[in-house]
Amino acid sequence: MDTVLGIDLPTWWFLLIGALISGYGILDGFDLGAGALHLFFRKEQSRRIALNAIGPVWDGNEVWLVIGAGSLFAAFPLVYGTILSVFYLPFMLFLVAIIFRGISIEFRSKEKMKWWHQLWDISYCVSSTVISLLLGLVLGNLIQGIPLNANHEFVGRLRDFFNPYAILIAVTVLSLFMMHGAMYLLMKTEDRLYAKLTIIANNTSKFFILCFMATSMATLIYVPHMTAIFKAYPELFALGIAAVLIVLNIRRSIEKRQYRRGFISSSVTTALLLILFAMGLYPNLVLSNIDPKGSISIYEAASSDGSLRTMLLFAAIGMPLVATYTVFMFWTFRGKVKLEEHSY
Amino acid sequence: MDNVELLSRIQFAFTIAFHYIYPPLSIGLGVCLVIMEGLYLKTKDKVYEELTRFWVRIFALIFGIGVATGIVMEFEFGTNWATYSRYVGDIFGSALAAEGIFAFALESAFLGILLFGWNKVSPRVHFMATILVALGSIFSALWIVVANSWQQTPSGYRIEGTGMQARAIVTDFWAMVFNPSSVERYSHVLIGALLAGSFLVLSVSAWYILKKKYLVHAEAAFRIALWVAAISALGQLFTGSKSAEVVTKYQPAKLAAMEGHFEKSAPGDMYLIGWVNAKEQKTTGLKIPGGLSFLVHHDVNAPIPGLNSIKPENRPTAVNFVFQTYHLMISIGMLLIGLTLLGLYLLYRKKLFQTRWLMSVFVFSVLLPQIGNQVGWYTAEVGRQPWVVYGLLRTSDALSQAVKAEHVLASLIMFTFIYVMLFVLFLYLLNKKIQHGPDVISDDETSSRMNPSLSSLISE
Repeated sequence: MDTVLGIDLPTWWFLLIGALISGYGILDGFDLGAGALHLFFRKEQSRRIALNAIGPVWDGNEVWLVIGAGSLFAAFPLVYGTILSVFYLPFMLFLVAIIFRGISIEFRSKEKMKWWHQLWDISYCVSSTVISLLLGLVLGNLIQGIPLNANHEFVGRLRDFFNPYAILIAVTVLSLFMMHGAMYLLMKTEDRLYAKLTIIANNTSKFFILCFMATSMATLIYVPHMTAIFKAYPELFALGIAAVLIVLNIRRSIEKRQYRRGFISSSVTTALLLILFAMGLYPNLVLSNIDPKGSISIYEAASSDGSLRTMLLFAAIGMPLVATYTVFMFWTFRGKVKLEEHSY
Repeated sequence: MDNVELLSRIQFAFTIAFHYIYPPLSIGLGVCLVIMEGLYLKTKDKVYEELTRFWVRIFALIFGIGVATGIVMEFEFGTNWATYSRYVGDIFGSALAAEGIFAFALESAFLGILLFGWNKVSPRVHFMATILVALGSIFSALWIVVANSWQQTPSGYRIEGTGMQARAIVTDFWAMVFNPSSVERYSHVLIGALLAGSFLVLSVSAWYILKKKYLVHAEAAFRIALWVAAISALGQLFTGSKSAEVVTKYQPAKLAAMEGHFEKSAPGDMYLIGWVNAKEQKTTGLKIPGGLSFLVHHDVNAPIPGLNSIKPENRPTAVNFVFQTYHLMISIGMLLIGLTLLGLYLLYRKKLFQTRWLMSVFVFSVLLPQIGNQVGWYTAEVGRQPWVVYGLLRTSDALSQAVKAEHVLASLIMFTFIYVMLFVLFLYLLNKKIQHGPDVISDDETSSRMNPSLSSLISE
């Protein structure tokens, strides 16, 4: 099999898509979280500041979803088709939420009426919450595995997706994003809204730690295949410990009011949790919980070596560019939010 | 055709038709914005700055809906067309991923600066952001049309596996990108987009001129957009005939459907208007005998293979539909050429802005390129049936196996409801922005002072 720097091409793409999904979780994670917190801000002025804190960057953040999904389509088309068609209705709901979220941000400032603002505030908050929950729901089901027969055909029912473990993961993702979003907003705001956010950051981080503990316990007890790799390579247990330390560091940063540090910690937490998930999964992309032959491995799902190699070159050229735009954007709009004529 | 197939096709057609209103507008408007802001930097005339700011606000509205509805398209390949996704992932997927990395990232990142960066970056950096957003949208269209063109005229691939496990594998990446129809179809789509955007500017400006509001701004914008529109309309004649030649060579069934040509092999007529009776295999209407043969072979007697020379199961079924959409597209193209040339002539005679009936025509003309783009797209896509990948994969075989008809029906109803609501809101907010007009910060004296050298350059 073709390798680049000693790693085979499907594994490269497994890593790259993992990185793209982590990038998406970190970037869109904070603006989704800010959206989910939106209705906690009572004053019109506060809501506008919160919205404008993500205003110039949320579109760029969403690009990571588009690139991640496009890469999954290109590199592992079998998995792309399988996951999306199996989770048909959840993804349709996800798309509706994406549409509503985008237009809520865009439309809110276009009219002066109070009811108009309230309508789009609710739509923005609900859609952000629903997107976070659905991402978690799909993730939770992928961790447990889904019923695929030996031909990779789905033999389950829609309502099976709403199981307690998946719901727990959904809530955990939402709590992570809300905490992450609160810390982002703390970096962008001052005065009253800042004071309010310190309380929100405190509460959401406590809530997240509860969810984190519950998820860890549930995974250890009910999803043993995710932890099997630690038995084979005990040194990897260090990653699990790192995750715990980083999570504790979020609390420590919040108590010391070092929100930038807290934000970096919650970013790292997002990435680490996804790395732990990827390690439990590899070399599979989708696990079957009824027949091991039904699981889809990266080698089965991969596109041709030629295509993977060309796209790897594209990624090597394109991703540094995307990273540069992202940094340039955040640098241009650095500092606390000031409302002006172009604001939402 | 079972229900899942029918519903999935309706859903895809509906969502793409709706999406296809917005990206062409952003592309054309993006180019107009680059010209407006470029003129501002060159002349320092405040009118151009105010114009740019005004049109950037409209651009943002259009772009926002374009992105929201575009993400739907990307996911629908996987949700509704899983077998198709597996079959073409190697090819279509890589073009889609390239679009994300090289185009969409560029436009989305710099859109933030375009909208919110007025006081954060220097005018030159802002202008650069405008150019990058416009380029991003142009590249976006490139990759999407390349992916679609591969479906129309596949090349640079081999087929691996058989039956439902078969899939297309890239053997030559650049042959895949520059497949036989990419260049012709891309230039045709891109010019269609320039027409859509420039006619929006023409329409709004003409309305201001009729209402005697923002006259200086409106006339300046009208001149810019008229040039873009006129050059595009003439260019479309060229790319259109090139596209017809490609269809002749690679998609004979589509060509035959476009002109309702049934005979196995005979010179093809060109209809100006007509009606196809597919059952009796008869096409009636006003025609130029041998016109089609002349268009594509430059010889009125050159035989064209008709629908009867193609196996019945490989023929497009909606022949009259393809015929009508194709002819509507051509008529609109001709109308746009006439309209823009007349506009330029009157501009040269310094009578354009006083010709009120023509200004009224321009107000409504915004619909023409939109209809033209839509029907052109239908001609291309319906004419390709029953294939989703021409000659390789049938639409009926491309579906998701795991999806049930009632789920597709539910999502279709949901999209219809949301898109109708979205369209009403879009029109409402667009109208509101137009009513509001550009914010005039400059006083009357400066706004009436157009740069003299420039006004002589573009006449009147």
